Parts: sequence; C-alpha cells; structure tokens
Amino acid sequence: MATLAARLRRWRRSEGAQGLLLVSPTLLYALLLLAAPLATIVAFSFWSQDYLTIDRSFTLENYREAWTEPLFRELMLRSLAISGAVTMVTVILAFPIAYFVSFHVAPERKALWIFLITIPFWTSYLIRVFLWKVILGYNGVLNSGLLGLGIIDEPLTFILYNANAVVITLAHAWAPFAILPIFVALEKIDRSLLEASRDLGETTVTTFLRVTLPLAMPGVVAAVLIVFIPTIGDYVTPRLVGGPNGLMIANMIQVQFMKLNNAPLGATLALSAMLIVGAISILFLWLNRRFLKVRQ
Amino acid sequence: MSAPLIELETVEKDYGEVLALAGVSAEIAAGEFFSLLGPSGCGKTTLLRTIAGFEDPTGGRVRIDGRDMEGVPANSRPTNMVFQSYAIFPHLSVGQNVGFGLRRKGLTKTEMARQVGEALEMVGLGGYEARASHALSGGQRQRVALARALIMKPKVLLLDEPLSALDKKLREQMQVELRKLQRQVGITFILVTHDQEEALIMSDRIAVMFDGQIAQLDSPQALYRRPVSRRVAEFIGVMNFIEAEVTAETGDRLTVDVAGLGAVDLSAEQCPGGGGGRGAAVGIRPETMTLLIDGETRSGRITEGSVEEVVYYGDMTYYDIRLDGVPAPVTISMRNLPGRAVLERGARARVAWDASAMVLFR
Repeated sequence: MATLAARLRRWRRSEGAQGLLLVSPTLLYALLLLAAPLATIVAFSFWSQDYLTIDRSFTLENYREAWTEPLFRELMLRSLAISGAVTMVTVILAFPIAYFVSFHVAPERKALWIFLITIPFWTSYLIRVFLWKVILGYNGVLNSGLLGLGIIDEPLTFILYNANAVVITLAHAWAPFAILPIFVALEKIDRSLLEASRDLGETTVTTFLRVTLPLAMPGVVAAVLIVFIPTIGDYVTPRLVGGPNGLMIANMIQVQFMKLNNAPLGATLALSAMLIVGAISILFLWLNRRFLKVRQ
Repeated sequence: MSAPLIELETVEKDYGEVLALAGVSAEIAAGEFFSLLGPSGCGKTTLLRTIAGFEDPTGGRVRIDGRDMEGVPANSRPTNMVFQSYAIFPHLSVGQNVGFGLRRKGLTKTEMARQVGEALEMVGLGGYEARASHALSGGQRQRVALARALIMKPKVLLLDEPLSALDKKLREQMQVELRKLQRQVGITFILVTHDQEEALIMSDRIAVMFDGQIAQLDSPQALYRRPVSRRVAEFIGVMNFIEAEVTAETGDRLTVDVAGLGAVDLSAEQCPGGGGGRGAAVGIRPETMTLLIDGETRSGRITEGSVEEVVYYGDMTYYDIRLDGVPAPVTISMRNLPGRAVLERGARARVAWDASAMVLFR
C-alpha cells in the first residue's frame, strides 16, 4: 500500500504526468466537444428517423442513399470542385504575398506586415461575406463602377449567386491562413542557400525553382490543407452568395438536420464528406512525399 | 609572374553609414593562395563578396582574367564560393549538392555522375553520393561545399571563413588538407579569415586589412618578421614593444636608443614602415629572446630582469619578464627542451637578445 502511494507520488512528479496535467483541460474539452459529438454522429448514421422519433435499430440504408443518390453526389463533387478552386486561388495568391514579406520587407517591418495581413479578421466572417454581396451584386460596387467607367454596358451577372462568388469570397476569407504557413517556411530558408545557387550558375528564376520553392513546399502543403479541409464544409458563404448553383454539401447536411428532420441521413452525409476529405488529404500528403522524394 | 588573374583597383563599398571598403587595390596571381586577414568588420568579407559578385562596389574596378566584372552577375563569374555556413542544400543528397552547378553544362547523366564521384573522391568523401545532406558532420559539410565549388572548375575559389565552425583538431587538419588540395588543383584560392595562424599556415601571400583598407600585403614570413605598423605587428602573433628614440641616421643604418636596453644599431630594412621622426618603438618577438638558465652564456647582448609571470603550455613556457630599466614587462617564449628548467615567479633572470631581430616603428 505504502509502495503504491510512493509510486503514485513519484508518477505525479514525473515529466509525463506534468505534461498530462498541462494538457488535461484541453484534452477534456476536446473529448467532450469533439470526440463525443463525433461518436454521436457515427451512431446516428446507423439509425433512422421517422418525423421526430429516432429508430435505434442498426441500418445501412442511410449509406446506400448517401452514396447512390445523384443529388448528393453532385453536391459533393461541386463542393470538392469549389474547395479545390478556392485552395488553388488562395495558395497561388498567398505565395507572392508571403514571398514579398519574407524577402523584400525589412526585418523590423515584417511583424507589422503580418499584423496588417490579419486585419480582415477584425470584422466578423458574416459581415465580410455580406460585404462581398455588396461588392459583387447586380447593382453592386463592382458593376456600378464598371458601368460608370463605360467598360461594360450591362451589369455582370456571373459574379454573384453562383460558384464564382463562393470562390472569390472564400479565397479572401482564407488568404491569411495560407499566407502565414508559407511565410514561415520562407523565413526558415537560409539566405546563403540562394547565394550558393546563384554562385553555382543559376539565375534568379532557376534559383527560385530549384531552391526556394522546394524548401517552401512544407509551408505550401500546410496552406493547402488548412484551406481545403475547412472550406469543404463551409455553408454560410454558399448560402449567402452561392445562389442555387453554388450550394455545397454542407447546405444539404443542414437541410437534412433542420428542415427534413432526417438527422441520420445528415449524419451519414457529414461522415461521408469527412471520409472523402480525409482520404483526399492523405492522398495529397502521400503524393507530396512521393513527389518530393523523387526530386531528391 | 604573368598577368595577374584578379586586379582590384581602388575598390570602394559605401553602405551609406559605413564605409566597408575604402579603396582597396591588389593584384592576385593565378594559382596563388591568397588570404584576406583582419578583425571582424574590417571589410574582408565584403571584399570577397564583391569579387564573387554578391556586392556591387560603389567605386573602383574588379577585373578577373582581364575582364571588367562591372555588371556581371554572380552566376556568370568564373568564381565559386565556399560559404561560412557551407550553404548545403538540405533538400538534396550529397551527390545532388555536389552536382548542383553541373546541370547547366549539358553533360550526360553518366558523365555528371563520374564528375561528382571524382569531386567527392578528391575531398575524401568517395561513395557518399546517396547520403542525405542533413546527416553530415561539420567537417563533412565543409568538404561537400568544397567539392561542390571545385567541380565547377572555377578560375578562383573564394572561401569565407570555411574553417571557423570546426573544432581545433579538425581545423588544423583541414588547413593542411586545403593547402595540399590547392597545390593539386592549381586554382587560385582567396581565403577570408580572422585567424592569423591559419593565414600564416596556408597562404602564399596575405593582405592584412583594417578599416576597409589593406594595411600590409606580403608573404607570411615578411608579414611576421617585418610588419609595417604596430597594429599589424599586434594582430599577427605576439610582439613586445619597447619605447625607443632614433638618435642617429646615416645611409641605411640607424642608431636607436631603446629604453632600458641601450643603444642598438639597426638597418633600414628593419624599419619596413618607413617614416621619420625621433620618437619610436622597437618590436621584438618572444621567441627571438632567450632566457639564460644556470649561468649559460651567449655572444649577443644580455639584460637582467625578474620573472613576473609563468605560463606553462607543455611544449612551451611563456614568461613575462620585467627587464631592469624597461618600463613594461616583455613576453618571452622558451621551448621546454629536456634538461631545461622552468623558472619560478619572482626569480632573477638573464635574457639574451639580438638587435637583428628587432623591428622599428616610427
């Protein structure tokens, strides 16, 4: 008994125990608010619902419906396409900004620039989406501006209430999340490596391709995942600026839960989306490792 | 000597607030091992980077092989550099690092592999091609950087303090190896270092730099034996300075009254810095003076004094000795030969010295 108490005391002083103690509030929080709801969702996906009553008998009917219904498939594919487009646009636009701040801004100004880049976060996400509506709308800032300048004769309609609007809005919202990891990766590059490449005969452009870009890849990969994974599940933006053809899978999940009283099918769709995103992310990481290894 | 490979003509670099290079002129011959030696901030690295093409001089001219380098970017110059941090590409293997610069030369894969293998062999890393570069030790990284630069067959190899990150033993070994390698490949090496010993060991000629200017450009021996100024003398090795006064000057002979030691007769060669005036100092190296033990005698001049400090190094003993009549103590180094006693602090000592070992600064 005494030895057990002693062992417990010793354990409490060990590094492992202190680490556990340190993360335990977060761990508890994560368990309660992440793992438990997730488990509930998994459970729901195997049940069925009739109006307000949940039938808890095991069934795979939801999965059959989720994976065969053409509407769901179309929404899922569209979500992937929109997310993919958002990710590409965001990362391609974020890279030059990160590059500029890392390579062309004086060291003492870099913190200020990063601070400025995060300014969009000062306003709520919802307000930013509404602002894009104002900018892109039929009588919006962009159209009236272009009309006023005589560049167009009638308002552009392909910029609001469709997938384009969703891409524009999400790309703007997620830009800082893409800029930061790329910036960090670029900051870590030893500048003498670039000089060494120049010294060995490479031009500025080939130095970028042979040294800067490969070394910045971890940041680019992080940016891709950070943008791609959450945008798949976004439902506010498609709802507000997407119009009927800009709706995504998350909107359907919401409809299943809230409007159609079919929580089990909603849960199944949510899980399916998660699995697909997870599979794509893993495939992406694997390809990347493979691709980088080939380059080595 | 044929036409110089590198000509520096009053090269200046003005950073606005600091004048890093204040008009440096020098000529470096093909096949020479040339060192830029100086304390940090003296402009030696700036000069090296100017030759490499990483810095544009704000004045003067750099010519390599007769060609003016103005406007020629680093990637088109016949120079290659070994960086202080070695700058080994972390995402590439050892072989890919070494072959990095060959890509533009349009070689076949097998020819490239052969050259990489040869270059690695040359620096003693044969068979390391597939190794990951991050798994290398400091000395190995240094060799990879060297192979990567030499494989380009540059006219000039620039080395920016390449040994400063290595520990003492390895550094000494690499100094000898580098020198051998330079003789073997016959390429002009320009080495930047703040380590005077390293410069003396490796170089054919050394430019000692202070404040963006070359204070003295000479062979290691001339630099050590005939420094032109007190500052150069102090920077290279240890030198004792004793106040002196020039009392007579006839032809190329000078009579100098040295405080405590009396009048000595020096040749004009012993005053490499030139200059006039009576007020002066003579410098004398620790190893040129001899401590006489147990009634030993010498034909030269002998002065008595007392031992103030003894520092025992194993192979050598360094004494600080206050010579009678000399204001400051002088440092004397003695080899610890068998049978030679080490004096105690406070002991009386007799010191033999020779005026021919003195250097006059006026």
